[in-house]
Parts: sequence; structure tokens; C-alpha cells
Amino acid sequence: MIRSRAITRSLPIASASTSTAAKKLPIRIAIRSLATVSDPPVRHYGGLKDQDRIFTNLYCKHDHGLKGAKQRGDWHKTKEIITKGDSWIIQTIKDSGLRGRGGAGFPSGLKWSFMNKPGWEKDPRPRYLVVNADEGEPGTCKDREIMRGDPHKLVEGCLVAGRAMNANAAYIYIRGEFYQEASHVQQAIDEAYKAGLIGKNACNSGYDFDVYLHRGAGAYICGEETALIESIEGKQGKPRLKPPFPADVGLFGCPTTVANVETVAVAPTIARRGGSWFAGFGRERNSGTKVYCISGHVNNPCVIEEEMSIPLQELLEKHCGGIRGGWQNLKGIIPGGCSVPVIPRSDCEKVLMDYDSLKDAQTSLGTGAVIVMDQTTDMISAIARFSKFYKHESCGQCTPCREGTTWMMNMMDRMVEGRAQEREIDMLLELTKQVEGHTICALGDAAAWPIQGLMRHFRPEVEARLANFHAKNGQTLFGGHLLSETNSKYAIPDNLGGDAIRNISQQISSP
Amino acid sequence: MSFARSAIASTRAVVSRSSRRGFTSSSSRRSESLFVHRDTDYNNPNIKFEFNPENLKLAKEIISRYPPQYKKGACMPLLDLGQRQNKGWTSISVMNEVARLLDMPKMRVYEVATFYTMYNREPVAPNFVQLCTTTPCQLGGCGSTKILETIESHLKIHPGQTTKDGKFTLIEVECLGACSNAPMMQIGDEFYEDLTPETTIKILDSLAKGEKPKPGPQSGRQTSENSAGLTALTTKPYGPGEFCLPEFQ
Repeated sequence: MIRSRAITRSLPIASASTSTAAKKLPIRIAIRSLATVSDPPVRHYGGLKDQDRIFTNLYCKHDHGLKGAKQRGDWHKTKEIITKGDSWIIQTIKDSGLRGRGGAGFPSGLKWSFMNKPGWEKDPRPRYLVVNADEGEPGTCKDREIMRGDPHKLVEGCLVAGRAMNANAAYIYIRGEFYQEASHVQQAIDEAYKAGLIGKNACNSGYDFDVYLHRGAGAYICGEETALIESIEGKQGKPRLKPPFPADVGLFGCPTTVANVETVAVAPTIARRGGSWFAGFGRERNSGTKVYCISGHVNNPCVIEEEMSIPLQELLEKHCGGIRGGWQNLKGIIPGGCSVPVIPRSDCEKVLMDYDSLKDAQTSLGTGAVIVMDQTTDMISAIARFSKFYKHESCGQCTPCREGTTWMMNMMDRMVEGRAQEREIDMLLELTKQVEGHTICALGDAAAWPIQGLMRHFRPEVEARLANFHAKNGQTLFGGHLLSETNSKYAIPDNLGGDAIRNISQQISSP
Repeated sequence: MSFARSAIASTRAVVSRSSRRGFTSSSSRRSESLFVHRDTDYNNPNIKFEFNPENLKLAKEIISRYPPQYKKGACMPLLDLGQRQNKGWTSISVMNEVARLLDMPKMRVYEVATFYTMYNREPVAPNFVQLCTTTPCQLGGCGSTKILETIESHLKIHPGQTTKDGKFTLIEVECLGACSNAPMMQIGDEFYEDLTPETTIKILDSLAKGEKPKPGPQSGRQTSENSAGLTALTTKPYGPGEFCLPEFQ
């Protein structure tokens, strides 16, 4: 109907404005008005060839040292990239459409350019690049493979990205549990220093650049950029208020940019192969290749570099041997690490693995960590485990998060059992809304979203669990107290659910 | 790490259900582990701790990575170094020594040592078993719940406890970042991945004998590739300059 109206309206416009040209043009164009968009050519994403994969040693099949890395094309003409200068590198990254791979998806070229504000040369302070290798998001294990297999890509990336933002040094903050990964990266740094690739006059380009490794000690919150900066400064990893943003006042009070391992490590290859090559993959504004890590109920969980915008179903069936027990056995998927909402099977069939498509499905690409759950999964208990994770990892600085995560965990634990009043589902949702957006960093939001996703798509399951419990144990008051255990001499106060219980008994008695 | 934890948990469970609290009082809230230091015969400031010459050299090298006015940046690496020298745990003397080396107030070091979970403030056994039980590990493979049961029944301890022979300490930890290789555990610095109850027992047995089992996936795959055969990176990796822009070829 809408289509036919558009045609009738557009006809006179087209014929009036270009009467002679309209005759020659194909009919399809002639009948379109300005408001209608032409159908995009159908393009199928996925099926990345090996020659287009950036991380060619993702599975540690080859030598991760300098010799092996050079054979795979690392450190090839790095001097030429460095001597091209900061604006060339930033423009290339902008052309490539690279978006941050750590979860937020901020355009990297733009972020790096914040470091080169007009008059930055007059600022005497040193400038830092900090690489976020504190990979702690449950489900995420991509940076680990990059650092084990291709540590030189990361070190070279530090130099290239550091040159783009005119940094003097890079700190790689790697999580403390990654001992093998840290030793591979340290080996790569040592080799690069010895070969003169970094340090004074890096790659004979006349540019001085140092790379240091800093090992964390087990705190998920240090993956937040300002907490990470605090942590390198030798303090508790508690996020800072922004502004001032790290690009103004960051590490040791100096201009700093924090970037994910994958973002930094792809930079040299993009520079060598050109921004348009990278931009050729994936949909518009979601360009490039991405390392996905798939865990959970698939036949062969793996880490894989694929094209952006690959359909989720294809990703799982092509590279992971499909869902255990077939696609129909799928219950839900968390497409981007534990902090993004879960989506049910019907959505999984439709979504593409990129920022925009997943955002339309009310979830997020996050870190590209796909957690698959089949029909055997107790979805409530899976999400409750995440609540426990956030409770454990909250740094305790902001009250809504410190108290809220504990509260959410307690409520979720009761929901797993079914020991809750039906109204508490909405109370829990309200609680998540009160935590979300009211904290310094995004951990509060991250703790809230999985619960919201659960209730959005699997609320009937939660309600059934509660009803099941009530059938066995009788009605439950707010806070998980059983109605049968209350003292019947006194009226039940409303804050314990007295009001709700009276409503229920009225409903039962009235019809 | 926290022998007190299990005791606290059990008292909490009793309190929460049996008695209803009044309007005027709120129940006391305890954290998972004790954040205050109490002098004991094995952990008090009078026990001397000094870095050995080898580690002192390493410490100087670490300090040089940070700007001279921000020596305290080295606090975390030095605590780690001290913990390694001090049989896997960070005593109050280790913290004091780090504070002295870095010219930091002691309290600043205590803050750091209590914030991060990898600093064990109670003695641990030489085989420090950290089992990941976060959702991806709970789901993947045979599931971490099964592995936890296996370890508990094999070593006859619960999370937070040490075996009687003093060889193993078991704790549950949050995501260790090897989710495609779930379930997994970390013993010392090594990751043991793709566990099954059988391989778990095999690893524990060989550690008990003083051997060093092969770290990494126990299922036969090398890292996190598809176990049914590679679906990517099957060809020879491209060499320097291949497919690059003309100026970088």
C-alpha cells in the first residue's frame, strides 16, 4: 500500500522535472521519489579468504618470534609507514572504517586524532598509548590468541598507532592470569628492542618509541580505560570520572589513549594494504575483519577471524560445527560477551555479526564473544551466574553498583530456585534501571543488561519457575519468605508483599 | 586465600532464614574475605622479608619502566615478584618491603594488595588450583560444575581449602579468558583447558607425584582451533609485502 502511494505521488515530479531524460531512464528510477531508497545490491558477507586474514598465526602453528613474524610480513617497511607521518596514518585508519574492537565500537581514527589537538606540540608532557589487554569479559578469548600467536603484530601496532598519536611510549596492560601470553609479548618486545625496531630511532625512522609491559593482578574492572590507567599508576583499579578525558589528562597526568589489542594489532596491516582494502569487508560503517570467539553449546568451539557482518547462524555452522543437537536445539545466544543481553533463536536466525545489526536486535556486538546456549541450559541460572560475576567484580566505588550488583545477585539466585513473588520480576527490572547509567563506569550498565535481556525474551520461563515453586511451597512474600512461615496473628506489611498477597486472594475468591 | 570465608558463609546462611530482623536494625554485611590484617604467628610485620639479589635486580629493571616520579607504578609487579619469592602468598612483610623500595606509604600498598584478587594474603599450597566457574565454563564441554565435583571428591576439599598433605589449594575464580577451551583451570601459571573428569584427575595425580603435566588443551587440539579440523588458516601464510599497496610491496 505504501509502495503504490509513493509511485503515484512520484510520477508527476519525475516527469515534470526531467521530461526528456525520464524517457531514456529505466522505469525503476523514473518512478522513484526522493524519499524512496534504492534497494541495496544483495551481498553476502562471510567466507573470508586466508589471504585476507590479518592474524595468520592465530592458532600458534608457526613461530611466534621475530623471525617467524617477519616471514609472515610483520615489520615489513614499517619505517615507510612511520615516516609518512601522523595525519597519513590517521587518515588511513579513518578510510578503513575501523571501529574499536574492545566493545564500544568507537571509530578508531577519530579517537586517535583527539591526541593531536591544535597546538599539541607546545605541550611539554610526554604522551602515552595504553593497550588494553586485560581481557576479562566472560566469553572473550580473542586477544589471548593474538598475543600468543602474533605478539609482533601487537608490538608493531603499538609503534604505528603510537606514531599516529605522537606518543612517546606504549604500556601494554595484560591481565595477570595470562602468564604464557605475557611472556610471548615480553619476548616480542625484547626482540624488537634488540633489532632496533622500537626504542631510540625506531626502525631508523628518527622516531623514539618505547614499549613496556605491565601485568595486572586479577580485576575485571581494570578493563575500563580509566581504571586501567589508575592500575598502571600503582593504585586500586577504580574508574575515574570523565571529563577530563584520558586524551587530556590520562596516565601519569599526561595525554593518553587506551585502545584494545585487536584495534592496535590490525593497524600496521591496514596501513600496508590500504584503508580501502579493509573497508571492503562487511557492511557500511561496520567494516573490516573481526576475531570472533565462540564458546558454549556448539560442537566445536573455536576462535576465528571472519568478515564483519557474517550472519550469526553461518558463523556457527561453518566454523563451529553447528549447535549441539542441531539448530532447533538452540535456546539463546549472547552475541558479545557477558555484558550484552541474550537473544532468542528467532533473532539469531536474522542477525548479522556487526555493530548495527546487533544493536537493532537490542543487543550489542561487544567483544565478539558468542556464548551459545542450547535447550538444556537453565537460562535463569546462567544469567544468575553473571550477576554473581558482577557482584564479585564491582570495585565498590559507586553505591548503585556496589549495592545493586549484590542485590541483583541475591534476587537472581532466588529466581533460579523460584523463591520469589511475581511482582519481584518487575522490581528487579526497576532495580536494573536504577543502577544503569548512574555509575562512573559502565560496569553497572553491564550488570543490568543481561538481566534485562533475560526478562525481555525469557520472562515466561521465569514466571513458570516461580509458579512451580509456589505450587510446591505456597505463596512467597517479597524477599523470599514463605507465606506459610509468617505469623498469622499480624497483618503482613506491604513492603513484604502483603498488598500483593491480598490481591491474589481477592482474585481467587471473587469469581 | 580465605579460610574464614566458608565459616562466614555458613553463619550468614543461618542468620538469613531463621530470624526476621526488626525495622530498626539492619543485618551486618560481610565481604567474601577478610580485608583487615590480624597479626598471627605466620604473618606479622616482625617476620623479615627481603628480595633476594636476583629478584632485586629484576625489581630495579621493573622500576625503570616507570617515570622516576611515578615509581609507585611498579607496586603491582613488585608485589607479584614478592609473592613468587614468598612461596605464592603476599604476607604483610612483603607489602612493607615493597612500600620501602618504592617510597610509598604502607597503606597505599595494602590498598593495592587487598584490591586485586591475585595477591593471596593467606598461605597457599604449591599447587594452587583455580577453577573457572563463570557461565561459559559452566556451559562448555562437560561443564565446570562436573569438574568442580571431580576435584572436590578427588582431593576431598572444598573451594577455599587446602588438602591435609598441603599439596593443593582449591579456589573458584571468575572468567580466566579461555572460554573457547572450556572448562578450564589454572594451576600456578599454567592453563589446563578442555578438561574432562578423567583428564582432571590425571593432571592432579601427576602434580601430586611432583611431575609437570603438559599445559594447554587436554583434548589433543593445539590451541583454540576447530577440533574437527581447521576451517581457516589452512594455506601457507602470506609473506612480506604480499597483497600490499605498491609502495609497501
